[in-house]
Amino acid sequence: MALITCRDLTLSYDGNVVISQLSFQVNSGDYLCIVGENGSGKSTLLKAILSLKSPDRGEIRFHEGLKQEEIGYLPQQTEAQKDFPANVWEVVLSGCLNSKRLCPCYSKEDRARARANMEKLEIADLARACFRELSGGQQRRVLLARALCAAKRLLLLDEPFAGLDPVITHDLHGIVKELNDEGSTIIMVSHDLSGAIAHASHILHLQKGPLFFGTVSDYLQSSPGMRFLGEA
Amino acid sequence: MFELLREMLNYPFMARALVAGGLIALCASLLGVSLVLKRYSMIGDGLSHVSFGALAVATALNAAPLQVSIPVVVAAAFLMLRLSENSRIKGDALIALISTGSLAVGIMALSLTRGMNVDVYNFLFGSILAMGRGDVLVSVVLSAVVLVLYALFYSKIFAVTFDECFARATGIKVGAYNLLIALLTAVTVVLGMRLMGALLISSMIIFPALTSMRVFKSYKSVVLSSAALSVICFFVGIVISYAWATPVGASIVVVNILAFLVFFAAGHIKYR
Repeated sequence: MALITCRDLTLSYDGNVVISQLSFQVNSGDYLCIVGENGSGKSTLLKAILSLKSPDRGEIRFHEGLKQEEIGYLPQQTEAQKDFPANVWEVVLSGCLNSKRLCPCYSKEDRARARANMEKLEIADLARACFRELSGGQQRRVLLARALCAAKRLLLLDEPFAGLDPVITHDLHGIVKELNDEGSTIIMVSHDLSGAIAHASHILHLQKGPLFFGTVSDYLQSSPGMRFLGEA
Repeated sequence: MFELLREMLNYPFMARALVAGGLIALCASLLGVSLVLKRYSMIGDGLSHVSFGALAVATALNAAPLQVSIPVVVAAAFLMLRLSENSRIKGDALIALISTGSLAVGIMALSLTRGMNVDVYNFLFGSILAMGRGDVLVSVVLSAVVLVLYALFYSKIFAVTFDECFARATGIKVGAYNLLIALLTAVTVVLGMRLMGALLISSMIIFPALTSMRVFKSYKSVVLSSAALSVICFFVGIVISYAWATPVGASIVVVNILAFLVFFAAGHIKYR
């Protein structure tokens, strides 16, 4: 069953069209990896799916009653966070907020959920640590734990492995794969094509427009896939 | 010391200033944490100048000061927020334009009607006598509203301050909460301006947050420390102003500067 469908999508960034006439769909339980060169519109597409950006033309539709409040999102690091006084517990717990309408405080379930996600990502012992003093890998884990608190059905990851060493990248790949096996739908933007081939179920290769959309095994046979892998 | 305090409280205007000012200091410090972290410090400063203009025009027209300036400043807060969100326009330059513009309009209004007199001085640098009986009531009620709203939306304000993008992506109404912060700031600035002065009120918003961030590393501890620090500095400042007959606004800011230096040193020793 389709969870998200994009039809004839055209997106622009700073007035330049980066994606035109893109159509694809994501099914429940899929693990879609969006790959492509810098400036090919990967992050812009992710922002459009999150409704942070409105499409110039075309549409993105959620099905099966998927609501924005059920999406978890791991953004690229932003500037403001670097000197922000907040501890790990506060950051992770804030991921639970999207399910609250008016209630001002966190419930017992929220706290349990936050704690479970922190244990899953092996950061439970960092709960009282200051977020800005953590290493890049630890920060990524914290933000992923927050995304997991928010993600009821769909998880969007924007370059989760950028700037991380191979060991942590490998660990995080394992965690994301595990989540996918547990039933979460994953959409990930990544530069790491070999990782994507190894773990994802679908690939969307962008290059000023869609180059390829389909399953991994088909991608390996396709000309963009072979060319891109040859370069990498 | 106790003699001095008892003597101070014998003056009704002093007691009024202590109650209303303490509450305003509390509101200002809570909002200040968000404003500083969101890089909105300039908005607080700009609003105080707009508030001066509105108050001066109200005085010139013999209109009720608070009832005129609160809506004007709230409108200015919305406008400034829009400007700073729109990155294509130079938001900081426009805020400077609006704030100096309203300062000039205010001074013109006052000088044409009443002449440049003690009013201008009091509006710019604050006055302990500014709080009438009715003003205290308005200040207490509005401060209570600000505090209740802040407490109700504490965790959402944290989320919106920490990572606007994530909050928006996961379905939180970021625009509404930004407006709420601007609205509460506008009310606080108007209320505090006459005690602290248009030129000094923004220090009440910015100092406690920046001071607390030298030492504390979690959001909750920074918020609590700012609140406590702000109220303490306010009371110490008022006592100093009474004992040495110095202007109240400036005295409070000087105490805040000292607190900042102490926390700065403490932070250096703690995290060397």
